Amino acid sequence: MAYSDKVLDHYENPRNVGTLDKNDPQVGTGMVGAPACGDVMKLQIKVNESGIIEDAKFKTYGCGSAIASSSLVTEWLKGKTLDQAAEIKNSAIAEELALPPVKIHCSVLAEDAIKAAVADLKSKQPA
Amino acid sequence: MTVHTPIYLDYSATTPVDPRVAEKMIPYITEHFGNPASRSHPFGWTAEQAVEEARDEVAKLVNADPREIVWTSGATESNNLAIKGAANFYSGTKGKHIITVQTEHKAVIDTVRELERQGFTATYLAPEPNGLVDLEKFKAAIRPDTVLASVMFVNNEIGVIQDIEAIGNICRENNIIFHVDAAQATGKVDIDLEKLPVDLMSFCAHKTYGPKGIGALYVRRKPRIRIEAQMHGGGHERGMRSGTLPTHQIVGMGEAFRLARLEMKAENERVRQLRDRLLAGLQEIDEVYVNGDMEHRVPHNLNISFNFVEGESLIMAVKDIAVSSGSACTSASLEPSYVLRALGRSDELAHSSIRFSIGRFTTQEDVDYTIALMKSKIGKLRELSPLWEMHLDGIDLSKVEWAAH
Repeated sequence: MAYSDKVLDHYENPRNVGTLDKNDPQVGTGMVGAPACGDVMKLQIKVNESGIIEDAKFKTYGCGSAIASSSLVTEWLKGKTLDQAAEIKNSAIAEELALPPVKIHCSVLAEDAIKAAVADLKSKQPA
Repeated sequence: MTVHTPIYLDYSATTPVDPRVAEKMIPYITEHFGNPASRSHPFGWTAEQAVEEARDEVAKLVNADPREIVWTSGATESNNLAIKGAANFYSGTKGKHIITVQTEHKAVIDTVRELERQGFTATYLAPEPNGLVDLEKFKAAIRPDTVLASVMFVNNEIGVIQDIEAIGNICRENNIIFHVDAAQATGKVDIDLEKLPVDLMSFCAHKTYGPKGIGALYVRRKPRIRIEAQMHGGGHERGMRSGTLPTHQIVGMGEAFRLARLEMKAENERVRQLRDRLLAGLQEIDEVYVNGDMEHRVPHNLNISFNFVEGESLIMAVKDIAVSSGSACTSASLEPSYVLRALGRSDELAHSSIRFSIGRFTTQEDVDYTIALMKSKIGKLRELSPLWEMHLDGIDLSKVEWAAH
């Protein structure tokens, strides 16, 4: 499988690997995928008082494209509001990383992870 | 010490042609180019003699009569010819049921599937968790109309050696034609077809330091086994397989099998030491699992699952070594290895497996480099793995409800 340079770069030097405290009310956690499918993504975002994402961390079990997709979105998420975050589309991830058709599901998974993290954070915050 | 990367540890996929084999082949491409079927001049006679000497060598490695060896293009063709050829020849008298095993090579499984489409029925036996066939379960699968059984000698993914003698004896008692795919066995295990109760056996050259594109099928003469030809034409190979014989390929296979016969014992011992060194090194990593029985196994193969690490990312991480992943992502179908699934391995373990296969040109430096590389890369990928983190937190992953996508 030939990977794009961008995928290889994120795979070799993944950005924002790590874990935030999932019990922190300012932290939202999204875990998507399943080991049986060959990929599991955990994405965490932390918002400040003004509702801006100030930190994002990920851990991913999956192929190089899955690791690159989640690494890329942690970069994109920082500085965004939750509503802006929820607008990130898998097609933009796939385009940025030049994912081949067989790896499009990795970008879908990353989009799902963002949505799950945002939903988790919203559920924690008072309406 | 210098190590040339990528290090080739995929000898079960194919082997390089031994330089001694290549040297012997070359004159049969250029000078001795005659058609072995040409009876009217010395060009043909020279080629025919070379073909027959090679046939002798192939027969000698497996203690068969040269007249029992039929040239084919490789093990896939041999499997097709044996299974389709015998099933069709004997179905009228015996019946239309076939027994095989879930961990067979696709060249056997898909051939049997094709026969199912033509009206045969088939039983695909599940192996035990160690990869071996349970003889009682094999007996229980036999029906009055069972015409043929096909069980591989050495598994290509996990290297386990089936008890071919015992399975063959059961087939004899029940008047079942027994075919064995021995593509991964030549030069690795002793094969004595005078003693083994096997009717048909498939071979190829390129797993045993010969060239690709040439193989053979053993067809027993006593008692005589009949097969229907699958390739029709000039009636070569006593009508069982038509087509002009590729003299240089055949010469290569003969020389490769001659060297295997002479050097097998010493080579297996050397390879076993390297494999054991590799295993000992890799077992220093947490959460590694050997796939397949370690006792009934060729020394060349080590198939290991690295828990909590995904197979394709692992292959990317270890690009300095040429190995195979049990995860078929690399072939664009996101499926874990069907062989490991048949052993009852979880999807996670099946996905995170690597087959290391060692061979004639592997050195101790290669093995030591591989151990160090694996230790560092597994550590790095586990740092990235949410599953590893959950495992360290004491979470039982089998109890998690995954949001499958």
